[in-house]
Amino acid sequence: MPADRMPAERTAAAMVEPKAPPGPFAAFFRDFSENRAALVGLILLGLLVFVAIFADFLAPYSPIEQFREFTRIPPAWVEGGNRAFLLGTDEIGRDMLSRLIFGARLSLFIGLSVVVASMAVGIVLGLVAAFAPGWPSIVIMRAMDVILSVPSLLLAIVIVAIIGPSLTNTIVAITVVYLPYYVRLVRASAMQEKTRDYVTAARVGGAGTLRIMFKTVLPNCMAPIIVQAALTISNAILEAAALGFLGLGAQPPSPEWGAMLASAREFLQSAPWIVTEPGLAILITVLAINLVGDGLRDALDPKMRRS
Amino acid sequence: MPLLEISDLTVDFKTGGGQFRAVDGVSLTVDRGEILAIVGESGSGKSVAMLAVMGLLPWTATVTARTLAFDGRDLLTLTPRERRRLVGKDMAMIFQEPMSSLNPCFTVGYQIGESLKVHLGLSKSERRQRSIELLDAVGIPDPERRLSAFPHQLSGGMSQRVMIAIALACRPKLIIADEPTTALDVTIQAQILELLVSLQRETDTGLVLITHDMGVVAETAERVSVHYAGQKIEEQPVAPLFEDPHHPYTAALLAALPERATGKRLPSIPGVVPGQFDRPPACLFEPRCRFATERCRTKAPPRQGAIAGFALCHYPLTHGRPIGHPHPEGREVAA
Repeated sequence: MPADRMPAERTAAAMVEPKAPPGPFAAFFRDFSENRAALVGLILLGLLVFVAIFADFLAPYSPIEQFREFTRIPPAWVEGGNRAFLLGTDEIGRDMLSRLIFGARLSLFIGLSVVVASMAVGIVLGLVAAFAPGWPSIVIMRAMDVILSVPSLLLAIVIVAIIGPSLTNTIVAITVVYLPYYVRLVRASAMQEKTRDYVTAARVGGAGTLRIMFKTVLPNCMAPIIVQAALTISNAILEAAALGFLGLGAQPPSPEWGAMLASAREFLQSAPWIVTEPGLAILITVLAINLVGDGLRDALDPKMRRS
Repeated sequence: MPLLEISDLTVDFKTGGGQFRAVDGVSLTVDRGEILAIVGESGSGKSVAMLAVMGLLPWTATVTARTLAFDGRDLLTLTPRERRRLVGKDMAMIFQEPMSSLNPCFTVGYQIGESLKVHLGLSKSERRQRSIELLDAVGIPDPERRLSAFPHQLSGGMSQRVMIAIALACRPKLIIADEPTTALDVTIQAQILELLVSLQRETDTGLVLITHDMGVVAETAERVSVHYAGQKIEEQPVAPLFEDPHHPYTAALLAALPERATGKRLPSIPGVVPGQFDRPPACLFEPRCRFATERCRTKAPPRQGAIAGFALCHYPLTHGRPIGHPHPEGREVAA
């Protein structure tokens, strides 16, 4: 019965082999990929990032080049489409595919820079609010309450209206809008961590306030902050698109998705693809980022982790 | 000159209901190589007094003292920078809850190395060497591998050993252990205490042991200071304290030990430690004291001499009999 013994021997040999425990990254990825939707989101997001980085090589044309004799050509698979313009052209003959590809770069850049800026400022303000009792804390938190009490899009519009419409100012405005969420999150988790014994132990070890703020307490507050960051990227992209749609964000020739939507509004009946395509691009991007954010939260939250 | 000298230490907390006095005129001294135990039930200000010495109280606390000196240096006039240099190097502290006393984000080796780097300025390889030595000294097997362990991978007893290693890292002159064994199970308690005492003997450090476990006191301490409601009510070397307690509270505490119980029921002290709003006007123990008289209710008790264990009482006990009490007959302590 050698055939029967073979598998048994093989499993025995496999068990003898020492199994290294998974590294922190491998363990994280295992937890993350348990959520199928998050994995799909990650793949989509990876694709988007790839497209955004290599836009110069992937896009068939320049995003602002106008082909005057080919205005409002429908996508290639629709009747009357042209193989040269896969997703059709817009009202002044610019290739939609190229514009969408370069738009991905803009949208992701807006999302990332808003998150990085509001996270950095929010962490500093939140930690100061948590560690400085008395007036600094009061001033910071009441200022955040004021920002929170104004509808976010309205506030962004007001800020952009004051400092003038442009891509950079859009980023500044959305950063201000998202600041309070970070400040409150950081302050709440820092206040909670601050009372733990290891912080007192660090003080016994002779650590100064700054060191305790950034080196002792901050790493222990990072998990919720990272999740918040992942979830804010998509909101920031949406908000930037909304500002672009209102004509207050990125200015016309630039292929920002929201601005593209706005300029094609009047062709909704005659050339629906000009409006639909940027809308779909926004939808897919936001959905992918939200799925990844959810998966990230599940993987990082120790309460939902198994072992 | 004693290593740590505290005289008339008072700590007030600003609370919603006004000032609350958590520590009231406490005086203590600790010498090099000595073990002083501070006992008392919860809320008697033992921990707060030691936190005041370390300068770890929140800003709502006001600390006043006639002297608060460590190794000849006045702790009250120290600048924050000087204090940081002193605390952690010459004075170390071990906490009650070992599982939360280590930073969950960093490895054991990193956390031991931190104070070595800051206070002693050792290089990376020296720090590693010394960390291994320390982990070995506190009885952690396979110290090289444990250096890269995270706190959640250690048990409570192991974490407390690591905390002791961190406390010992810079060869301090004084260690304050705030209920170091409360969160551990009984077998580990004995090991940790034994370890603390043997390391203390080896390095000739002063050790202040805050506890409410009389068994721990009897086993480890040389001198005992009994605290009640923020006041030091008695101080004696350990053997005479167990033999002949002078303050009624100490006597009642000892009588409540299961080992000393004679009847079917364990004797207990009725009532609780007075809080902010039910503070008695004169003697703080009077509402719970079986010897209390009218005098105890109206006149704050005097500090007795060394023979009566510095007891804070009108009628200090000798062998269970209150001295100077109007009706001493039939009032012997059950013990």
